Amino acid sequence: MNPIRKQRLYALIAILLGSLLATWLVVSALSENMNLFYSPTEMKEANINQDVLIRAGGMVKPGSIIKSKESLNVSFIVTDYQNELVINYQGILPDLFAENAGVVVRGNLGSDGNFNAIEVLAKHDENYMPPEVAKLIDNKK
Amino acid sequence: MGSPPLFYNWSSKIIPWLGITTLVLLSLGIYWGLFVSPIDYKQGDVYRILYIHVPSAILGESIFIFMAICGFINVIWRAKISGMMLKAAAPIGMSFTLLVLVTGSVWGKPTWGTWWVWDARLTSTLILFFIYAALIGLHSTIEDKTKADRAVSILSIVGVAIIPVIKKSVDWWQTLHQPSTFTITSSPSMSPEMYLPLLICLLGFYMFFAFSLTLNLRNEVLDRERSKAWVKQNFNS
Repeated sequence: MNPIRKQRLYALIAILLGSLLATWLVVSALSENMNLFYSPTEMKEANINQDVLIRAGGMVKPGSIIKSKESLNVSFIVTDYQNELVINYQGILPDLFAENAGVVVRGNLGSDGNFNAIEVLAKHDENYMPPEVAKLIDNKK
Repeated sequence: MGSPPLFYNWSSKIIPWLGITTLVLLSLGIYWGLFVSPIDYKQGDVYRILYIHVPSAILGESIFIFMAICGFINVIWRAKISGMMLKAAAPIGMSFTLLVLVTGSVWGKPTWGTWWVWDARLTSTLILFFIYAALIGLHSTIEDKTKADRAVSILSIVGVAIIPVIKKSVDWWQTLHQPSTFTITSSPSMSPEMYLPLLICLLGFYMFFAFSLTLNLRNEVLDRERSKAWVKQNFNS
């Protein structure tokens, strides 16, 4: 490789490394804020103000879903298997909302420590399989 | 292959082959994915959008890496054809990135319950889309094509730093987007009858990229060499 080309190569490598470094700095500075939601444990530690709109997320605890018969009110518990958070919501739940499935809710913390959600989003996991396979796995449990 | 007339003649021969393989692979993959493969136990039929969504995402990112490599070659060796290749690939990559955003949005509404959310995966993909737009815009603002190639080459090398962020965003942060189904370290968390058609779709998308890149590049070559003797000979006889 002739000297001029070698020089250009070094310049480009410097640009690439600089850009990677800059991106890494931005990303690590944003670190906490890049998370879409708080888990129940982080929620407890973070000491969140009651009237701030935030997102919380975790798994829906089995057997915790209580649906009202007269209205669209629903309450359920979100857990990260260490701490739990009670969610109150009024509205239609997404199709994938289920026990033991991931969920992200937006709203604010009430004075009673429960979470008042104005929006419930279902989180999908990375598993895909046909219903027959899912049944087989369920039966094995 | 580096010289424009050689490339032009050689590419006329491979274009039909690229077109045919693209057509065969895509029709096989899409048909298999949409009609033959089983429904998902949780999502039902909605999941089938991944046969478009996932290949578009992979293409959007790998085309950018391809462009950065072209940029590298263009700056160091001043190979004209690599600059043209970079320019020809940009609109294709941008289209795939738009496609991944749109299909993801269409899938997100029924599955998550929202069209859009500002989580790390979605936001970083949107940034990639804007970088593509910036590359194309920058190229068209510089009159001298050789200088434009060089500027865009450097921008593509700077921009490639976004790719690892997109890739790792679902692992580094809590996002609404699910983590990768396919990883190098463990077996895929998807049944074979679902991922085989996906693999064929992905190959088809890559062939489509090769096909459309060749077509774009031929246009670019003709446009830049229009005053040269070989172009005049080819088109005036």
